[in-house]
Amino acid sequence: MSKQVPDSRGFFGVYGGRYVPETLIRALNELEKAYREFKRNSKIQRELKDYLEDYAGRPTPLYEAKRMSEHFNHARIFLKREDLCHTGAHKINNTIGQALLARMLGKTRLVAETGAGQHGVASATAACVFGLKCVVYMGDLDVRRQALNVYKMKLLGAEVVPVRSGSKTLKDAMNEAIRDWVTNVENTYYLLGSVGGPHPYPMMVRDFQSVIGKETRRVFLRRYQKLPNYLVACVGGGSNAMGLFYSFLNDRKVQCIGVEAAGEGVQTHHHAATLTKGEPGILHGMKSYLLQDENGQIQLAHSISAGLDYPGVGPEHSFLKDSGRVTYKAVTDQDALEGFKLLTELEGIMPALEPSHALGYLKNLMPKTRKDESVVVCLSGRGDKDIDTIKKEWKIA
Amino acid sequence: MLSRIQKLMRKREKIFCAFITLGYPNLGTTEKLLEEFDHAGVDIVELGFPFSDPLADGSTIQYSSQKALKKGVTIEDAFRVTSKIRRMGIQIPIIFFTYFNPVYHFGMERFISRAKTAGLDGILIPDLPPGEDPDMDRACKRAGFPQIHLIAPTTIRERASKIAKRSKGFIYYVSLRGVTGERQFLPEDVRAHLAQLKRLTKKPILVGFGVSTPEQARELCEFSHGVIVGSAIINHLRKDRGKTMRAIEFVRQMVRAVKG
Repeated sequence: MSKQVPDSRGFFGVYGGRYVPETLIRALNELEKAYREFKRNSKIQRELKDYLEDYAGRPTPLYEAKRMSEHFNHARIFLKREDLCHTGAHKINNTIGQALLARMLGKTRLVAETGAGQHGVASATAACVFGLKCVVYMGDLDVRRQALNVYKMKLLGAEVVPVRSGSKTLKDAMNEAIRDWVTNVENTYYLLGSVGGPHPYPMMVRDFQSVIGKETRRVFLRRYQKLPNYLVACVGGGSNAMGLFYSFLNDRKVQCIGVEAAGEGVQTHHHAATLTKGEPGILHGMKSYLLQDENGQIQLAHSISAGLDYPGVGPEHSFLKDSGRVTYKAVTDQDALEGFKLLTELEGIMPALEPSHALGYLKNLMPKTRKDESVVVCLSGRGDKDIDTIKKEWKIA
Repeated sequence: MLSRIQKLMRKREKIFCAFITLGYPNLGTTEKLLEEFDHAGVDIVELGFPFSDPLADGSTIQYSSQKALKKGVTIEDAFRVTSKIRRMGIQIPIIFFTYFNPVYHFGMERFISRAKTAGLDGILIPDLPPGEDPDMDRACKRAGFPQIHLIAPTTIRERASKIAKRSKGFIYYVSLRGVTGERQFLPEDVRAHLAQLKRLTKKPILVGFGVSTPEQARELCEFSHGVIVGSAIINHLRKDRGKTMRAIEFVRQMVRAVKG
């Protein structure tokens, strides 16, 4: 096994770290300490397991998409059905874990950022379960394009704060959540939704999401006595991808492919392909690849999917890109819509626009695969929240 | 040779440090403010570099940063403005306040060497806690370029002691839990925290975040070596639609309050 990452200072190679205002250092130290206790405490681990099974609905199925496989007529395609989790996406795996941590730290208030609203809904849900107050910051643009999730969060008792600064999307929601945390650090827990931010968040969120890959690996081995050849997952901040890949990183023969949002194309300025087109820099407490201009100002990302609309990426992905262990590709809004359509029509499953990017990449990947090979796609969430966007793009007679 | 900051600290006077955003409302005004602040008796200027994602800043400095960025302000402008006022013979110490990414992207060593040549006197990076980036620390040390560090009310004792040792010139004490911006009241624990911090270090301690009125400045100076004021100045510029008169009058009041 290669060296354990992150190191004691929270670095994955040169990426990661803790680039935050001094005010937050103590809170991050306390969080890291609490998390180590959390991992050792068998009673809490059992509680987490119970919540994941009885409340979130784990384990999620690994479904063989036979008609989709026939369509490409190459390798067999499997879907890891995170869309069947309670609240409709993998985000609940992380929010249950972190809400337990918040309770352990004695915090009474959760703040979260959200793009597509899936993490917001999962945070509001976890807040209900543990009797915590919840404030969700969401870019004003996203509040409008993900209206269903905003309504859900409000029903769940969360306060949704529209963020009108900057690009009015996930990046700005995260700035605002951090500002809230700096202000209310004594009673507030910052429930970060992806594998980004300052240490220990990238490690913690990866660990909570790694249940995706653990289940996939176990079920695949049991059913087929071998490992899949390819893993494909979409990457915005990168939590579902990290969750799927992590348990396979030592299986060098398993090819991991992260699919970013190319928006209107990586040759334009309207994309969110951070690893494909970005450069290393510092944002939101971490060193990682970022979309930035020649002056080191952060650029606006663009994607049809609010959940991928982020100019940064989790530091472990930057590390895995540089090491070559994971390959990162980018597909356009149009490819994603085709992916959505394909899965809906062939399998009767409506994916969210985020994993639609992973599905959209299959037309490039499948011709290179063989019949005796297998591909696992992480279906990180379901598409209900995107129906309004789809409606605009895809007219039905 | 003593640096401009060292010379200032030797005077053992209370210090008034004024923050402005580079290029807000335009670069010409920044130059003018540096000149007028010097005349008004300001001791140090914190020259804030606008960043797209200023997560330690409240709405006022977010606003001035966005306005400056819309005008296309770059790091080169900081060098240009500073060397120009140095050529005019203005010796007011100028600390460059910037988030880490613009400096990291520019290249740390290259940045420091250019900053020194231009006549900047030090750097303060709110999202770079001490020790987080050894390359930056090394580069500053090698060039003898002072890096000023922040201590917050949440900083534990041992860490505060270490930060105090590393901070060059002075220590920036963050008065409150939160972001920059005007406040009607400052937290009650600031006095006790400052007393504690003074027992840990002999270095000058300047207090910033939230300081908005001459009364607050006067009070804080009883427990510290001086104050740093930013958002209140920017708000005067904003209310005056970019004219400098009100801001300068306000700064004069603050200087009087601090110097007693």
